[in-house]
Amino acid sequence: MGLDGEESLATSERAEENANDRTEATSPPRDGEDESTIRRAKEEGAETGSKVEFLSTNIQAGSQSPVLEQEYRPPLPPRPNNVNILREGSYSPGSSLKRPGKTPRPLLQSTATTALSRTEVNTQSYQDGSRESFAASAQRTPPSKAVAAFGSIRKVKGLSDSEGGDSASVRSYAPTLETGGDAESLLGEVLGASQESPAWRLLGTQNEAPDPFDSVTYEDDEATADFYREFDEIGAVAADGENEEQLLKKWKSKRKHFLILSSAGKPIYNRHGDDNLISGYIGIIQTIISFYEGSHDQLKGFTAAGARFVVMSQGPLYLVAISKLGENDAQLRVQLEALYMQILSTLTLPNLTHMFSNRPSTDLRRPLQGTEPLLSALADTFTRGSPPTLLSALECLKIRKSHRQAINDTLLRTRCETLLYGLIVASGRLVSVVRPRKHSLHPSDLQLIFNMLFEARGVKAGGGENWIPLCLPGFNKNGYLYMYVSFVSAYDSEAEQGSEGHETGKPDDIAILLISANKESFYDLRKMRDALVEELEVHGSMAIIKSAVRRGRPTATDIVPGTVLRHFLYKSRANVQFTMPSYEPSFTTLLARRRLLSLYHALHASIHAKNAHLKVHHCISRESISLAWVTPLFELYCVAGPHASRNALAQSANKVIQWVRREEERVFIIGGAVSIHSLDNHTTYESLTLPAARYSD
Amino acid sequence: MADSAAAPPKPSSSVKLVLLGEAAVGKSSLVLRFVNNDFQENKEPTIGAAFLTQKSHLPHRTIKFEIWDTAGQERFASLAPMYYRNAQSALVVYDLTKPTSLVKAKHWVAELQRQASPGIVIALVGNKLDLTNEDAAASGETNTGEGGDVESGEAAEESGDARKISAKEGRDYAEEEGLLFFETSAKTGVNVQEVFTAIANAIPETQMKGAKGSGAAGAGTGQTALGSERVNLNQRAEGVKEGCAC
Repeated sequence: MGLDGEESLATSERAEENANDRTEATSPPRDGEDESTIRRAKEEGAETGSKVEFLSTNIQAGSQSPVLEQEYRPPLPPRPNNVNILREGSYSPGSSLKRPGKTPRPLLQSTATTALSRTEVNTQSYQDGSRESFAASAQRTPPSKAVAAFGSIRKVKGLSDSEGGDSASVRSYAPTLETGGDAESLLGEVLGASQESPAWRLLGTQNEAPDPFDSVTYEDDEATADFYREFDEIGAVAADGENEEQLLKKWKSKRKHFLILSSAGKPIYNRHGDDNLISGYIGIIQTIISFYEGSHDQLKGFTAAGARFVVMSQGPLYLVAISKLGENDAQLRVQLEALYMQILSTLTLPNLTHMFSNRPSTDLRRPLQGTEPLLSALADTFTRGSPPTLLSALECLKIRKSHRQAINDTLLRTRCETLLYGLIVASGRLVSVVRPRKHSLHPSDLQLIFNMLFEARGVKAGGGENWIPLCLPGFNKNGYLYMYVSFVSAYDSEAEQGSEGHETGKPDDIAILLISANKESFYDLRKMRDALVEELEVHGSMAIIKSAVRRGRPTATDIVPGTVLRHFLYKSRANVQFTMPSYEPSFTTLLARRRLLSLYHALHASIHAKNAHLKVHHCISRESISLAWVTPLFELYCVAGPHASRNALAQSANKVIQWVRREEERVFIIGGAVSIHSLDNHTTYESLTLPAARYSD
Repeated sequence: MADSAAAPPKPSSSVKLVLLGEAAVGKSSLVLRFVNNDFQENKEPTIGAAFLTQKSHLPHRTIKFEIWDTAGQERFASLAPMYYRNAQSALVVYDLTKPTSLVKAKHWVAELQRQASPGIVIALVGNKLDLTNEDAAASGETNTGEGGDVESGEAAEESGDARKISAKEGRDYAEEEGLLFFETSAKTGVNVQEVFTAIANAIPETQMKGAKGSGAAGAGTGQTALGSERVNLNQRAEGVKEGCAC
């Protein structure tokens, strides 16, 4: 995880180069030293305190010019100061490192470079655990304590790595500061983060509007209007390549990209645009990643031009997320993890590794053929914003406890021999689960299944019943299971018993999922499904499920009458489940919802910052006032309009807690006699057992 | 299931049918057209397999198709035996704008002839007729069922826009192997119903699962039985050849 000495050396070398470049640009080049001298000097410098001193001066220099950095593109903030420092101390190692200037290197200056100074300064304030801007904290590091500062930097580096913030990686100068990147939002400067995070700025509309969430005519705003086009196809490159430039422009306008490539550099999946169009970029990203790999460093992420790049390498695969939506590294990493899980779900791990160990240059697109829609559905879910992914939790359909019990019992009664898991899912919300005593169900697996059934249209649009081989990586990443799926429409009171396929087109369908390890068990499970549906009908359970689906989620004001709350997310940590009110009436548009989710992401990031140890977090911005509240039992995120008072918000939060407590056994599936763990690490899906009705195997 | 009560007095029986073919040739679209008389542009690929049922009403009997619509991707190929085992009929589909898909179709035919139940009725279907320039009337004439009206479909020659496989090429191969042959368009619906009707007709009464249909039916049965007999003979003969070609 952490960088060892060698790597940080490499990084600092680059920082020096940077500094030198800057110097060059403003001062005439000095004569004398040739390249090799410089290299030697650098190495010496890196190993001794003098090197550290250079670093610390650099830090100070950077801190003295925050204003400069606020300016736009030409991202070389500390240039003049730096130059001065270097000039003054002509005896200092810093100055002797000067490159014998030949041609200036504009590329190095203007694009993302390893910026040790900036990065370290950022992490510096991590350690403080304070919310001071990095400038302030950096200023407090006097140059005389250079060695100490260096040591602490190293320490912090490790810290931030384990946090998943990964700030100790490539990061360009300007955007880091400008866009309120990962580090900044983790710092807990939430007021700033929520206001100025790229998502807010990109999507932000009339800030003066009294009710930005609901009353704004987003379409008028040019910056935001095109979020609706985020999911549009880019189209293929014409044979003569004539439209390529235009397509690339379109491609660049997308707020979020996911790229998957093999470590040999073969493209495997990308959300937008065809391979020909972006092959150049694939090559670049592969080069960058393998450059770091070559130096036994692992590139985790970097920021360039307002976009956060997060890289995850999983065996023979590189997964890259590029987001302008202001999510932090940990959040993006969860999303990449989900994409990787989808690939495993298609291929299984042994297949994947086997293919690449046989032929490292394997083109994975062929074996993955047909999986693109599933990957794209996942990617688009993340781009729209997905509470289940953010919280790593499941949502359940709210029904009475006794009703759920009756459904559980029916599932258990009709269970056939070969059944492993049996689930009833209504429009992406879990109704009931049965599972064998010794096997747990993993939220990440369920996410894949839900995505396949409710986001990607492939299964549903086909109609009829389905028999799907899939690997559930959380359960066992080495083999396939077989899933029987059939849908029951929530709107046809006379249930058509699966023999007709046409009822499955509507969004709010109820899916019966029966999973078995036996690939021949389709007809058994089909029989079970018929028996199950019939029993559910007879006992009225089906009607209850259907009416619960039709009713939808309650609005926030249904839950807490007269509340100022617009929306909230409540996650029960013990149950790995969450509940939320309807997006109506405030967040009906795609954009409003995305902005809400961006706010949740910011709240989530600040409250989960490793060394923040926050319990309650208030955030006030022009658009909203919001609150994050975390206890060992739950996480609550609430959002109210900008004119609500803090007190009213806090009161409402309390009311929500009371409501959940009252309704706990309805909104969550509780009571399976399964050991309950708390979900401490929000970034990964734990192998948590989902409470469910059990049968003894 | 529930529909059995409403069944007409005509004898009814069920026929297991499996669709095979390369990915994205339009297997699911053919089924969707047959079952729901519907069409979706840019349909997402099938995952695993879908199971659907649809009744087909013939003059003398009703046939309930139990259709396995399989995914065409390579990685699902190993599951195919599970679907064609015990199937009385198979629809091997290719995309007449894509030569590789016919190659794949030939592989499937060979595999079926080797592995599936001996009497299986196979129909070779060239889909996406709408991508050619031929009008519906001309393409309608390519409807040359195996034992039926032959040699009427020379109209569908190489006049198409995107067509890469001539009707003749498909038909010659089908005749060689003793398959039913159709060119269809799931998009416009051309010939889709006809494929399934022809399959229904080609399946001999004795192979039907439903007990109801065993004793009844007259002239029609004789014809189809004859047809399928010829299918069988051809299949055996060609099956050996194809076996090594595979």
